Amino acid sequence: MTVLAETVPVLPAFGERLRVFARRNPTIVIGGVLLAAVAGAAVFAPVIAGDPIVFNPINRLRPPSEEFLLGTDSLGRDVYARTVYGARISLLVGLTVAAVAMVIGLVVGLACGYYRQLDAVVMRLMDGIMAIPAILLAIALVSVMGASVKVVIVAIAIPEVPRVARLVRSVVLTVRELPYVEAARANGSRVRKILWRHILPSTIPPLIVQATYICASAILVEAGLSFLGAGTPPEFPTWGNMIAQSRLYLATAPWTIFVPGTCLALVVLAINLLGDGLRDRLDPRLARRM
Amino acid sequence: MTAYIVRRLLATIPVMAIVGVFVFMLLHLTPGDPAAIIAGDNATEQNIAAIRTRLGLDRPLYEQFVTWAWNTLRGDLGISMFSNMSVTKLVLQRAEPTIALTITTLIVAITIAVSIGVLAAARAGTLVDRAVMGFAVMGFSVPVFVVGYLLVYLFAMKLRWLPVQGYVPIEQGLWPCLRNLILPSVALGLAYVALIARITRASMLEVLAEDYIRTANAKGVAPPGVLLRHALKNAAVPIVTVIGIGVALLISGVVITESVFNIPGVGRLVVDAIARRDYPIIQGVMIIFSGIYVLVNLAVDIVYTFLDPRIRY
Repeated sequence: MTVLAETVPVLPAFGERLRVFARRNPTIVIGGVLLAAVAGAAVFAPVIAGDPIVFNPINRLRPPSEEFLLGTDSLGRDVYARTVYGARISLLVGLTVAAVAMVIGLVVGLACGYYRQLDAVVMRLMDGIMAIPAILLAIALVSVMGASVKVVIVAIAIPEVPRVARLVRSVVLTVRELPYVEAARANGSRVRKILWRHILPSTIPPLIVQATYICASAILVEAGLSFLGAGTPPEFPTWGNMIAQSRLYLATAPWTIFVPGTCLALVVLAINLLGDGLRDRLDPRLARRM
Repeated sequence: MTAYIVRRLLATIPVMAIVGVFVFMLLHLTPGDPAAIIAGDNATEQNIAAIRTRLGLDRPLYEQFVTWAWNTLRGDLGISMFSNMSVTKLVLQRAEPTIALTITTLIVAITIAVSIGVLAAARAGTLVDRAVMGFAVMGFSVPVFVVGYLLVYLFAMKLRWLPVQGYVPIEQGLWPCLRNLILPSVALGLAYVALIARITRASMLEVLAEDYIRTANAKGVAPPGVLLRHALKNAAVPIVTVIGIGVALLISGVVITESVFNIPGVGRLVVDAIARRDYPIIQGVMIIFSGIYVLVNLAVDIVYTFLDPRIRY
């Protein structure tokens, strides 16, 4: 019996496979774990942190201590609680912008890649949008439409759409000439089916990679807009707002700036690492270029 | 060659036209009366009516656009709502600090980025390479204002080597001016350095694998000569492309950097305009910055033909 057990090929244990995966894709694992930790903090914010809003003038600008883990800001608000809640807005904006830009860009890119008459007009429009610096476009949209989380998301997503559309379009242009697509056309498949079943799948791997980069950039732009006073309304505890409201206290209370600043950098770093790792796995053509 | 430049120049016209339509339509994108938006929340019916006539908002939309576009082409960007001054004049007044900051950053960033990119490619796979790549990922991830405050905290507040903030005009001496620009340039340039260093390394790696590099090495060309004269020259096209595209990064960064370091440039003009709902300023600066971006990338396209005579149009 023991002999038999030895000859049966066994799949390596789960732990072993995980270790191999981690060794081959260190960036995916580091980025993923970091991001999961932040996402966990965002979801369980009410459990792990106190009130991020309540003013406490007696405890103004307290340095980190046992009572206030990461100190307090100029209004006596708990920096730790505000930072934990701040993860919510950052991740919400990052993920939503990536999703919105992805969907719109995908539709535009598929349409332009397939219907050549549409291409010339729509792609010029995309070139125009790309020529406007993203942060200025967002500033202008937010100041016209009024500051709210929804407007911030739209304002950040619009400049990202052309980038996605161009990527999708370039994939469609190569794939549409391949024999299997021609075969599908020859046996009378409807255009919608060709696009959906035969062309769309090829766009997914580069899109996933692009989505991570858009997510990272959206988080940076949101923080930048909040910092400039053209983003999420000041009463929300976002990392950009925290830094903007503490800028006068850099010398006396540096933790009020560097705690949210470090979180911001770590989250964006995590997403970028994840993106680099995914790119190496999913999109070897791009991996060689960068 | 001339024909190519003319054709590329003409191709920027539709792009700028679309930018123009977009910028013009901003105020009209929202449901509601643009005059009321400009007037703000506490405006009376009379204020709104006055603004409407003053800005010609009571005329048909296409007529407004034509007037606006024509004025913009002539260099008249309208009148600031807040200060009643010409936007063109306001921008010109604020141009020097922004130009000084951008040029310093460009020179420093490109020099550093290309050097470390070449170094990383030459020592591919070693610790040096990993350090450069690690630095590049970090550079993308830290926001401009966080780098800015970190630099101010360390080098201005703790070590007292450099000024905390502000700008000294260049006519008061080159060094006083540059001293104030060191920290802002580093903060602004970090992401740009990361971007260019990455593409330099990638492009160099591709070229270094070519046969003629082996030939050059075999016939005994000194290693620096191989790297710079044989490899870098041929790796230049993607690098120059990214230098051009990356200018968008610099433009966005300038707006934030000027706020962090209290530099009275064009970026600050826009940020101050946000709170005052001074739309002509926001629109004017959008047009100017977009125009600069388009021109820089046009210049890049033309530089290609000098870098790589194989590219013919």
